[in-house]
Amino acid sequence: MGDIFALLAMGLLHAFEPLNFAMIIAGCMAGLFIGAMPGLGSVNGVAILLPVTFLVPPTAAIIFLAALYYGAMYGGAISSITLGIPGASTAVATVFDGRPMAQKGQANQAMMGAAVASFIGGTISIILFTLFAPPLADVALKFGPQEEFALMILAFATFVGLGGDDIPKTIFSILLGLVMAAVGFDIISGKPRLIFFDMVEFQRGIGFLVLAIGIYGIGEMLWTLEQTGGKIKLEQVKTTLREFKEHLRSVKKYLPTTSLGSTLGFFVGTLPAAGATPASLMAYGLAKTFSKDPESFGKGNIAGVAAPEAANNAASTGSMLPMITLGIPGSPTTAILLGGMIIWGLRPGPLLFQNNPDFVWSLIGSMYVANFVTVALNLALIPLFVRVLAMPFTILTPIIFILCFVGVFATTDRMFDVWLMLILGAGGYFLRKLNYPVAPAVLAIVLGPLAERSMRQSLISSQGDITTFINPAQHPIALGCILIAIALILYPVWLNFRRKRAAKSGGESHWQG
Amino acid sequence: MSTRTAELLAAIGLLLFSLGMMWSIHSDGLKIGWVPGRGPGSGVWPFWLSLGMALTSVWTLVRWVRRTTTESRNEAPYIDPDHLPLVAISFIALTVMVALVAVVGTYISIALFLGFYMRVIGKHTWSLTSVAVTGLVLTVYFIFEWQLSKYLPKGLPIFEDGFLWIDNFRWEYLM
Repeated sequence: MGDIFALLAMGLLHAFEPLNFAMIIAGCMAGLFIGAMPGLGSVNGVAILLPVTFLVPPTAAIIFLAALYYGAMYGGAISSITLGIPGASTAVATVFDGRPMAQKGQANQAMMGAAVASFIGGTISIILFTLFAPPLADVALKFGPQEEFALMILAFATFVGLGGDDIPKTIFSILLGLVMAAVGFDIISGKPRLIFFDMVEFQRGIGFLVLAIGIYGIGEMLWTLEQTGGKIKLEQVKTTLREFKEHLRSVKKYLPTTSLGSTLGFFVGTLPAAGATPASLMAYGLAKTFSKDPESFGKGNIAGVAAPEAANNAASTGSMLPMITLGIPGSPTTAILLGGMIIWGLRPGPLLFQNNPDFVWSLIGSMYVANFVTVALNLALIPLFVRVLAMPFTILTPIIFILCFVGVFATTDRMFDVWLMLILGAGGYFLRKLNYPVAPAVLAIVLGPLAERSMRQSLISSQGDITTFINPAQHPIALGCILIAIALILYPVWLNFRRKRAAKSGGESHWQG
Repeated sequence: MSTRTAELLAAIGLLLFSLGMMWSIHSDGLKIGWVPGRGPGSGVWPFWLSLGMALTSVWTLVRWVRRTTTESRNEAPYIDPDHLPLVAISFIALTVMVALVAVVGTYISIALFLGFYMRVIGKHTWSLTSVAVTGLVLTVYFIFEWQLSKYLPKGLPIFEDGFLWIDNFRWEYLM
């Protein structure tokens, strides 16, 4: 325990180094801005800006991206409240009560509630993170390829069981990402695989960033253009210090449910498929259930703004936990961060705590600092962000397209990859419109090479015995993961069965799985 | 095209794509089973996962026929006709921008794209457009070419020579 405090103190000192601190501020600002823009969320920001972070050393780069992730969770509330459009899917639940509050002229109160709640969520989750990460990394140090592979199966199973999307389409998306990761030279035998149309360019494989920027840059902007047609309507907001002081007095009204929502958010966030969006919806439900006055929810109750905002911040921190300790990203955003770490030459996973303690603890320290910086920036600059939201899409859209193009080229030095990004972006847009979830594919292309290697290593060491993954004597943890994975995959089947039975006895079926 | 038709076409297309992947593994002669003394063959992973993709596509097709998916019951247009022109023109302009890179180079191409988007689609004033275009070109040059030392494509030799002059100036006086 004492160890943790010493390491944390070191991390905090690192976070205050001029470059790192500047990155925290820049990341929070960028995140608030990106989170506030309708259609853009943390994942888009991290994907589009990852190539720019090669300007600074890896530690500063990940601090910037983590701060951006964090800031985007705060920023999402800004457009949920002022526009009634969630700035990102993670802020959907914030609209339920945030929008009615804005329409009643209480947009200021809603914004401040969102900021304070985000701060509470951030604080609780980062403390949980600090307590859980080192022991989890210790356990994970004993993992062999069997455990690694079983964990990845579990990660993908969460998409099937908890993702809530069409099941065959979800599985297709996962498999597509895994197969795309296999394009190029085989890591073990050195043979070229899946060289489409005999184009030599495919020998280098399909970079995860090409897919991520294609989907979250190009595809997302096309999607936003179609959804909004480029038109938005705005509520004006002003905040003053006096109003903030008044607001602080009302915090105790929503503090208990917010703390509960934060803890829930953290643990939901650690699950790859779940993440911030379901966490915030669950926290909203929880706040409503525990409220003395549940009827006022949906009509502008501050607790209905606070709970989801706290939960989405907590979930974003939670999703970093499996990424840092196990090398399994807890969300699409952390999948891209993980890919970035591989580009920087760091191997995410338990060894990171041993080999790169500076890196890990600087990141953790920066999360504490970023939490304070974001709440301060957010409260101080709310009027500015609201004005930024009025920025016409005809300026922002082409700039994002250009950043996508230059970013991909700068990372891979090939025009081929830029064309690939365009094709994957358009493909992602068309498939997304048909309810094919895209996040599993991004996660899968990042994890693909690691999953294939661990599977083949396991099979080589067991001489082809496939039961090595479920051998209770040698690999109990792997067996546990596989069993949970099977339960997760069967969960929707069971639900379906129950609904069908309910439907037969007179109820109505809404199940689409 | 209705959403229902789009889902059918997508599922068929993805099925063919998955089968194509499996064919590609097969025709490259990659082993899809256990290789004695070596472990799993290099085709195991992509082949069997592609088979999974093919099966899930068939599954979607079955659900389409039975009208189980939301999309298979949706006869509304696949892309909102009111917003289709905006989406299409954005994507075409983007494609033209990327194609132009080979001719006039990155900088002229992104300047033309931003200029077109702001001036023609956004109907912004010439002054705002030129400020944005200049600012963007300088920022991209500063971040990527200068700080990250990336050589962004400069197009045909005639344009490349023009940029050499700027690069020389930078190395001579600004570094």
